[in-house]
Amino acid sequence: MSTLTEAPPPLAPAEPDKKPPRKRGRFTPYWLLLPGLLWLVVFFALPMIYQASTSVQTGSLEDGYKVTWHFATYWNALSEYWPQFLRSVFYAAGATVLCLLLGYPLAYLIAFRAGRWRNLIMILVIAPFFTSFLIRTLAWKTILADNGPVVHVLNTLHVLDLTDWLGWTAGDRVLATPLAVVCGLTYNFLPFMILPLYTSLERIDGRLHEAAGDLYAKPWTTFRKVTFPLSMPGVVSGTLLTFIPAAGDYVNAELLGSTDTRMIGNVIQTQFLRILDYPTAAALSFILMAAILLMVTVYIRRAGTEDLV
Amino acid sequence: MPFVNWLKRHLVVIAGLLTLGYLLLPNVVVTVFSFNKPKGRFNYEWQQFSTDAWKDPCGVADMCGSLSISLQIAFWATIGATLLGTMISFALVRYRFRARSAVNSLIFLPMAMPEVVMAASLLTLFLNMGAQLGFYTILIAHIMFCLSFVVVAVKARVMSMDPRLEEAARDLYAGPAQTFLRVTLPIAAPGIAAGALLSFALSFDDFIITNFNAGSTVTFPMFVWGSAQRGTPVQINVIGTAMFLVAVLLVLTSMLITNRRNKQKA
Repeated sequence: MSTLTEAPPPLAPAEPDKKPPRKRGRFTPYWLLLPGLLWLVVFFALPMIYQASTSVQTGSLEDGYKVTWHFATYWNALSEYWPQFLRSVFYAAGATVLCLLLGYPLAYLIAFRAGRWRNLIMILVIAPFFTSFLIRTLAWKTILADNGPVVHVLNTLHVLDLTDWLGWTAGDRVLATPLAVVCGLTYNFLPFMILPLYTSLERIDGRLHEAAGDLYAKPWTTFRKVTFPLSMPGVVSGTLLTFIPAAGDYVNAELLGSTDTRMIGNVIQTQFLRILDYPTAAALSFILMAAILLMVTVYIRRAGTEDLV
Repeated sequence: MPFVNWLKRHLVVIAGLLTLGYLLLPNVVVTVFSFNKPKGRFNYEWQQFSTDAWKDPCGVADMCGSLSISLQIAFWATIGATLLGTMISFALVRYRFRARSAVNSLIFLPMAMPEVVMAASLLTLFLNMGAQLGFYTILIAHIMFCLSFVVVAVKARVMSMDPRLEEAARDLYAGPAQTFLRVTLPIAAPGIAAGALLSFALSFDDFIITNFNAGSTVTFPMFVWGSAQRGTPVQINVIGTAMFLVAVLLVLTSMLITNRRNKQKA
């Protein structure tokens, strides 16, 4: 793969018409890149700059906003909404851990144990993508309903007593509690965990498992010393693909939660679309972006140096 | 304890299948509730079996209109993102040029950004430009966030392609256009198709970015969102079920076709 990128094939055959294609070839990459990059610069990078400028503006919707370098907006936003920030991080982290615990066996199953069922299971993992995720999230309202079977079973097993004590649920219900929101987040982002895990597991040579077995490693030891370390790239990209969107999500908190489970995404959405306080909303989404970038960098560093070796 | 041993041996399979069940449970519920006859405005509790909604899927005001808007946006967004993304990935794989790593990170960033941040920043841009929010602002946004996914999908395919195939074509006196159309493009096609399919699904299903930049235009996800507050008609579940079935059927047929082709080759 590296030889391929390091030594790109010459655009034209070397012998017959050497000069004209080379000349054209020099600018070809730029022509190919131009339209797409222009799109990303204008509609992705430029908006970020606009948003940065909005976050330090003051004024009102009627009189218009002006850049006044009013950094206090950041401080005010942070001091008012830190519970929602904290909650988002906790919920997203909880959902990510659950996704890893739930997704790993399924990815492992598809990669090593599924045999001729592999393609079918793959389809069943991907196909829900094509049913609107909002419809599927609403279905959780039915599944977790107060008089529904899930709540009934959890209640009979006295699981709800425990989760009540932990503050994950309230009373005899699951809907409108943190547990419901985390359940929805886990569900919604699970495929984003399974697919990278599967890709990295699939690359592992099955003979390594045999070799571990030949060296008297028990299955669990084989997993701990061989399979899991080799699947680290999948674990890292899977956790990132789950954590980042989960931290910014507001759909699950809105549909399955209550006012006590509002995440930072809900606050940004309300500030932007209902209260129309653009500077605060812009500041909030910048803080969210910065916090995520920081956490992701630290995480990649740690995962990249300690666990990978 | 034969049962415990059996459980130990199949632990991974059992856990994996349970996860699969967790993934598919909402789809089952959606399908079952598409045959419900609800009493009130909401379709969250099972009342009575009925096929009314299936007989009249467009019986709800504005739902099929929003569906058609979503399909149109997804169609054009797929074309736009696939075209731009394929061009970028060919440039990235086939050429060395300055700022290559900068381009790579610009493409990576939209995938690593929470949607709400992108949505809000795009809205600030549109507000500052005084753009009319609606169909075209949604389309612009969708092309923007689908682009990166297309690049990733196509890049993976083009990178694994043997450059000697193209050299061989040229040795056989194929012109650049002929080489591209008859050798390069067919080999890259699965990657391009995967990127296009992903774009379509992402665009069709997007809610957060659309919600910020839609103005008064209502796409299908936005209709579902609104109905969660006003009352969900059964027809929403009908559309959800139909979409799931169509997706499964499409993938199954494409798999059958490739299987048959591979057999013919062998």
